Amino acid sequence: MKILVCISNVPDTTSKINFTSDNAAFDKNGVQFVINPWDEYALTRAIELKEEKGGSVSVLNVGEADTEQNIRKALAIGADDAIRVNAHPKDAFFVAQQIAHVAKEGAYDIILMGKESIDYNGFQVHGMVGELLGIPAITPAFKLDMLDDTTARLEKEIEGGKEIVEVKLPFVASAQQPMCEPRIPNMRGIMTARTKPLNVVEPVSTETKTEYTSYSKPEKKGGVRMVDAANAGELITLLRNEAKVL
Amino acid sequence: MSVLVFVEGYNGEVKKSSLEAASYGSQVAKALGTDAKAVAIGEVKEEALAALGAQGISKVLYDHDDRLHNFVAEAYLKVIAQAAAQESAKVIVFSNTNVGAALGSRLAVRLNGSLATNVTQLPEISGDSFTVTRGVFSGKAFAQVKLTSDVKLIAVKKNTIEILNDAGTTAAVEPFSTGLSDADFAAAPKETVLQETDGVLLQEAEIVVSGGRGLKGPENWHLVEDLAKALGAATACSKPVSDQDWRPHSEHVGQTGITISPNLYIAIGISGAIQHLAGVNSSKVIVVINKDPEAPFFKAADYGIVGDAFEVVPKLIEAAKALDR
Ligand SMILES: Cc1cc2nc3c(=O)[nH]c(=O)nc-3n(C[C@H](O)[C@H](O)[C@H](O)COP(=O)(O)OP(=O)(O)OC[C@H]3O[C@@H](n4cnc5c(N)ncnc54)[C@H](O)[C@@H]3O)c2cc1C
Repeated sequence: MKILVCISNVPDTTSKINFTSDNAAFDKNGVQFVINPWDEYALTRAIELKEEKGGSVSVLNVGEADTEQNIRKALAIGADDAIRVNAHPKDAFFVAQQIAHVAKEGAYDIILMGKESIDYNGFQVHGMVGELLGIPAITPAFKLDMLDDTTARLEKEIEGGKEIVEVKLPFVASAQQPMCEPRIPNMRGIMTARTKPLNVVEPVSTETKTEYTSYSKPEKKGGVRMVDAANAGELITLLRNEAKVL
Repeated sequence: MSVLVFVEGYNGEVKKSSLEAASYGSQVAKALGTDAKAVAIGEVKEEALAALGAQGISKVLYDHDDRLHNFVAEAYLKVIAQAAAQESAKVIVFSNTNVGAALGSRLAVRLNGSLATNVTQLPEISGDSFTVTRGVFSGKAFAQVKLTSDVKLIAVKKNTIEILNDAGTTAAVEPFSTGLSDADFAAAPKETVLQETDGVLLQEAEIVVSGGRGLKGPENWHLVEDLAKALGAATACSKPVSDQDWRPHSEHVGQTGITISPNLYIAIGISGAIQHLAGVNSSKVIVVINKDPEAPFFKAADYGIVGDAFEVVPKLIEAAKALDR
């Protein structure tokens, strides 16, 4: 069983988000980049499946050279090898095309990724990859097990409940908690990651469908109005008469 | 040319998020000088579909093939793609739900269109240029995005678009059938399990009452539940609360949980870590109840009470019960 895990490189969850002075681009200055937290669920679950059933786990990132630190981290967590498609990830469709191409060339059985990236919050690459490959995309999944060598059982979230799906390989799935407990690299993993293969490939040529023109930040809140704990019930009156939300 | 809105049902009614999508779609149609139609699939009451007229929808194509009661991506896709072709839809609007995301992303590829998800404002249209605003960086920013393909797909973020209410106007509901084959249902779910709720879906709720580690343990959740009940709210929790199984994971909001944007979010015993805020920061009004006056959540709050939840919340429940609603 060959599993491909797609990871994106995103600002650490505690980052302050700023833009360049013309508001045309994200300002990377002083920002630390991490593996997208949702992708960590996909990665760890892939490694667990490999440990249970055998096979291999490859990680894929569409990004420029500065993402290699996090690709190495994924190798340290337990992936066997890595592929970096050497391109700026211009938009979701562009990235989906690259992933679909690599997945097809490598004849992967399962293509896993997080449900969305915490920077662009697109929530769309999984479906696009599924469509490009003509295979199911189960999204967002919070449980993934193999029933036998060719069939997986997934549980996915729907608003108000869950669905249980059984699907034949190959398929795409997007991961969310509580699929597994994401692993962190250990010393041995960090040592072995250095010698694991990280292949850099050039992108396939494809169009983009969207163009980011500018960024803005939400308006600042007007400040907090405190209510005395002894008079807590007054809050309900304020919510009705002043905030008008009750 | 027209605008097509995909409408989702829940318990036979049209979801509130779909009313928002319909309102969005009809305003786009107006700006483009055309009509907004809708497509509905599965079990939705015809009266509820006809009522979409109030959101500016002129006609609803309704496919109620029995096999469509549960969400099956391939079958749903075919229905929507066929409706889009029949109505020559150039703009397709839906809600940014799990179903919407699963469909929109595939449909964008199938129709060779541009997709924007998490959209928070009506588009700016001038000549051929069509620009939407979408939420990025987990609620910390917005981006303006040009949709450059001929066909445009827009997933509207919940509770960001005001619902139009042109009372008395009804939409024509037309049966629509697609000639689906069994193969389209090959990936149908084995089983669908719906949670017990008091009828308020967390993702759709206008008011959410949420508890954190400050509540000490699951045995104290009656405080959250009773306040929620008195306000007609849904319940949510912070990540450590669901990690410790005090509450189900489906209630976990934040960066790695679900993102909500209710009118009112009441946080009880939650410190306000940046990853928690990422899931709730677009709530319109935020109330924080915390015994620590230095809790970071107060910086993001509109109203706050410094105090012990075990003393404060019972007073709130009492006051909420006394409201005439
Ligand atoms: C990558 C990553 C992703 C994450 N994703 C999420 C996420 O999606 N959602 C999320 O919630 N967290 C997330 N976290 C965790 C987050 O950083 C915080 O640890 C978490 O939100 C804290 O939960 P809490 O506020 O319930 O608990 P605590 O931080 O322990 O806060 C408890 C609060 O309760 C108050 N309190 C205690 N007793 C009382 C009382 N009697 N009355 C009133 N107040 C009281 C305390 O003053 C304190 O402020 C993530 C972390 C990381 C690193």
